[in-house]
Amino acid sequence: MKISRRLFLKVAAGMAAAAAVGVPASRAHRPREGLAAEVPLPAPPAGQAGPSRRWVMVVDLAKCDGCRECTRACTAMHRVPPGQEWIRVYEMRDESTGLAYWLPRPCMQCDNPPCVKVCPVSATWKREDGIVMQDTSRCIGCRYCIAACPYQARGFNWVEPAATPERTGEPYDPEWNRVHFRGTTEKCIFCPALIKEGKLPACVAACPMGALYFGDREEDAVTNSQGETVRFSALVIEQAGYRLMEELGTEPRVYYLPPRKPQYPLPPPEEPEPAAGAGRAAIPAPAVPPKRIATAGGVRR
Amino acid sequence: MSTRQATPRFSEREERLLASLTAGGVGTYALIGGLLAVFLWGLVAYATQLRHGLGVTGLRDHVLWGVYIANFVFFIGVSHVGALMSAILRLTGAEWRRPITRMAEAITFASLLMGALMPLVDMGRPDRLLNLVRYGRLQSPVLWDILSITTYLTGSTLFLYVPMIPDLALLRDRYADGPAWRRRLYTFLSLGWQDTPAQRHQLELIMKVMAVIIIPIAVSVHTVVSWIFGMTLRAGWNSTILGPYFVSGALFSGAAAVITAMAAFRWAYRLEDYITEAHFRRMGYLLIALGLAYGYFTFAEYLTPAYKMATAERGYLTAVFSGPFARLFWFTQLTGILLPLLLLTLPRIAWVPRLHRVPLLRPQPALAAAATYAVASVVLSAASPRLTMAGLNLNEWIPPWVLPVVAVWLFLAFLPVFHARPVMAAAVASLLVNFGAWLKRYLIVVPTLLNPFLPIQRAPAGWAVYQPTWVEWSITAGALAGFLLIYIGFSKLFPIVPIWETREAPAPREAADQEGIVGVPAL
Repeated sequence: MKISRRLFLKVAAGMAAAAAVGVPASRAHRPREGLAAEVPLPAPPAGQAGPSRRWVMVVDLAKCDGCRECTRACTAMHRVPPGQEWIRVYEMRDESTGLAYWLPRPCMQCDNPPCVKVCPVSATWKREDGIVMQDTSRCIGCRYCIAACPYQARGFNWVEPAATPERTGEPYDPEWNRVHFRGTTEKCIFCPALIKEGKLPACVAACPMGALYFGDREEDAVTNSQGETVRFSALVIEQAGYRLMEELGTEPRVYYLPPRKPQYPLPPPEEPEPAAGAGRAAIPAPAVPPKRIATAGGVRR
Repeated sequence: MSTRQATPRFSEREERLLASLTAGGVGTYALIGGLLAVFLWGLVAYATQLRHGLGVTGLRDHVLWGVYIANFVFFIGVSHVGALMSAILRLTGAEWRRPITRMAEAITFASLLMGALMPLVDMGRPDRLLNLVRYGRLQSPVLWDILSITTYLTGSTLFLYVPMIPDLALLRDRYADGPAWRRRLYTFLSLGWQDTPAQRHQLELIMKVMAVIIIPIAVSVHTVVSWIFGMTLRAGWNSTILGPYFVSGALFSGAAAVITAMAAFRWAYRLEDYITEAHFRRMGYLLIALGLAYGYFTFAEYLTPAYKMATAERGYLTAVFSGPFARLFWFTQLTGILLPLLLLTLPRIAWVPRLHRVPLLRPQPALAAAATYAVASVVLSAASPRLTMAGLNLNEWIPPWVLPVVAVWLFLAFLPVFHARPVMAAAVASLLVNFGAWLKRYLIVVPTLLNPFLPIQRAPAGWAVYQPTWVEWSITAGALAGFLLIYIGFSKLFPIVPIWETREAPAPREAADQEGIVGVPAL
C-alpha cells in the first residue's frame, strides 16, 4: 500500500495535535500564574527597548575574602533551615599550582537545567527571565533534582523546619520563599521578590567586598553592593570570565572572574569548618577527608 | 456444602502437587508468624518515619538516596526474570520449563509489589503522591518508571493468572475438603472454565500473544530503572551502557531467585519427581551464561572510565577500587559473581571427589581451621588494645595471607560435598548471587553520591557520610519479609506447580532426562 501525501500530512498533523495536547511537559518553560511574566519590572533605561529580562550574576573571585556575609544574609532573608546554605562559600585549592581562593556558589540558574529536566511534578521550572524557580508546596520530595544538580546547589528539609506556614502564620509565596515544608527540596532562587521591588538579591546586597554583581543581561549592566554598575559584557570579556563546569553543558547564568591579584587573605590550609546547624547527635562527627577539600575536580575553566 | 459426595477427589499426583495448599504444619505457621512479625516491625519503622520525616534515616543532602533505592533496584531486578524467562521458554517450546514457570512468575509478582513500594517509602512527601498524576511530566524518568512498572505488573500478573485458570477450575471441581470461601474464590477466578477445545485454543492463543508482549516490557522495566541514574551527570551514573548493564544484572539475580525458590519448594513439599536435578542443571547453565554476561558488562562498565581516569570520575573510581568502598566492592565481585560461577561449574569436574583422598582436604580439618581463624582473630582484636600499650601488637600475629588461604582451603574441602549434592550447590550459588546483587545495588547508589563534582565542604556533623539507621534496616527487613509473605501466601492459595501443563507433557522425569544435556533447545 502506498501512503499518499495527503494521508501522510493528515497523520502527521494528528500526531502533532496529540503531542501538543497530551504532553504536560511543555509547562516547564511556561511561566506560571503570578510569576515570571507578570513581574512588574522597573522601567528600562531610556533608549533601551524590550521588556524581557535575563538575570545574571557575576562573582569576582579576586574580591571575595570568604567572610560569608552573603550566606548569612541569604539565610536570614529566607530563614534557610539549618544544614542548608543556598549560597555556599567553598575553599578551593588547585593542587597543581597551590592557588587558593574562595568560591561562593549560589544556584547557577542554568539555561539547560538538569534539575528541571528530571522533576516529575514540575515543582521546579525555568522562568523566562532565566530564574530556575522552585515551588516547595508542590514538591513530592523524591530528591531527584538534588541527584541531578552537579553544583550541589539544592538542599532538603529532612526534619520539620522552624518556619512553617503553620507556625509563622505566613502564607507560602515561592518568590519570597521564607516559609518551608518538611520533606521538600529547596534552593537559591535569585530573590525574585526583591528584584521585583528593584532591589538586589540579599547576598549581593550584603557583600562587603562588592564581589557579587547582579543585573540584566539584556541591559548589559550588573551592579554590586558598592553601587558600582558596570557593563556585563566588558566585565566578563576583559577579565576572562568563566562559568563553573562549563563542559557539562548546563549553561549557567552565574559567571566567575578568575582570582587574579587577590585582594583578600587566602583560605587557611586546614580543613573547612562545618556549617552551623542540625547535626545528628547519635552519629559521631566524621572528619571530611582532607583530600576532598579542593581537588582539581571542583573548578574547571 | 451438601453436594460434597458428588465431588470427585484429587488423584494421587494432584495430591502431591497441591501439598502446598493442603498441608500446613507447625513449621509453616511458625515461619509465617515470624515473617509477619518482621513485616509489622517494618511498618512500625515506617510509621516512625512518617511521623518525624526522613530525618530519622541516615540520608542527608549528600547521600540523598540510600538503602531504600538500593532495595528498589534489587526487587525490580529480582522481578525481572520470572515472566521473561517463562515467556522465552514458552516461545521456544522448551518442555522442561513446565513445572517451574509458575513459581518463577510468582516471584515477579511478589517482588514487583515490594519494589514498587520502595520509592514511596523514600518519598519526602508521600501525602503528595497524587501530584504525580495531577502534574506528572513525561520527560522525567520517574514517570517512565511508573508507566513501565505498572505495565509490567499488569502484564506479568495476567501472564501468571491466565495459564492458572485450568488449575483453578480443577480446584473448583475437586477441592471438596477446602473451606467454602476458597471454593468461592476458585469458582470466581476460574471464569467458567470447562476445558472445551475452543477454550483451550483461546488460552493457547492468549499465552502466545502475552509471551511476545511481555518480553520487551520486561526489558524496558530495568532499562528505565537504570536511567533514573543514567540521566544524571554524576560520576559512576553518567554511562551509556547503564541500561543493558542493569538488565544483565537483573537477569542474573532474577534467575538466581528462581533457583532458590525451586530448591525451597522441592525441599518443603518433596517435589523431587517434578523438580529434578536436570532442572537445576539447566537453570545452572542459564545462571552461568547470565553471570558471564553480567561479569562482562561489569568489566566494561568499570574499565572504560578507569583506563581514562578523567577528572570527573577519578574520585569515585578511587573510592571504589582502593578507597573506603574497596573492601565491599571487591568482596561483592568475588562472592557475587566469581564464587557462584565456580560453585556451578567446578563440582561438575569428574575428579573432584578424589580431593577427599587427601586427608587435609576433608571438611573437618578445613572447618576446624576456619573456626580457629575466626576465634583467634576475634580474641586477638579484642585483647590487642590493652596489649598494644605494652608494646605488643597482636593484630600483626596473623599475617594477611591467612584469610585467603583459609578461604581457598574451605572451598576445596567443600567441592566434593557440592559434587555429591548439585542441588545444594545451585542453591548456595544462587543465594550468594542475590546477596551480592543487593550489595552491588548499594555500591551503585552510595559511592557516586559521596563523590560529587564540588568537594563536600561545610557539611554538618554526620552529613558527609552515610550510616543507615535502624529505621532503614527495619523497613528493608520488612520489605524482604513482605516479599516472602506474598510468595508463601501465593503458594498456599494456588498450585505452585502447574497441574494441567505438567499433565500435558510426557511424565516429567522422562521428559527432563530425554532432552539430555546437549539437546537443550531453549538454551
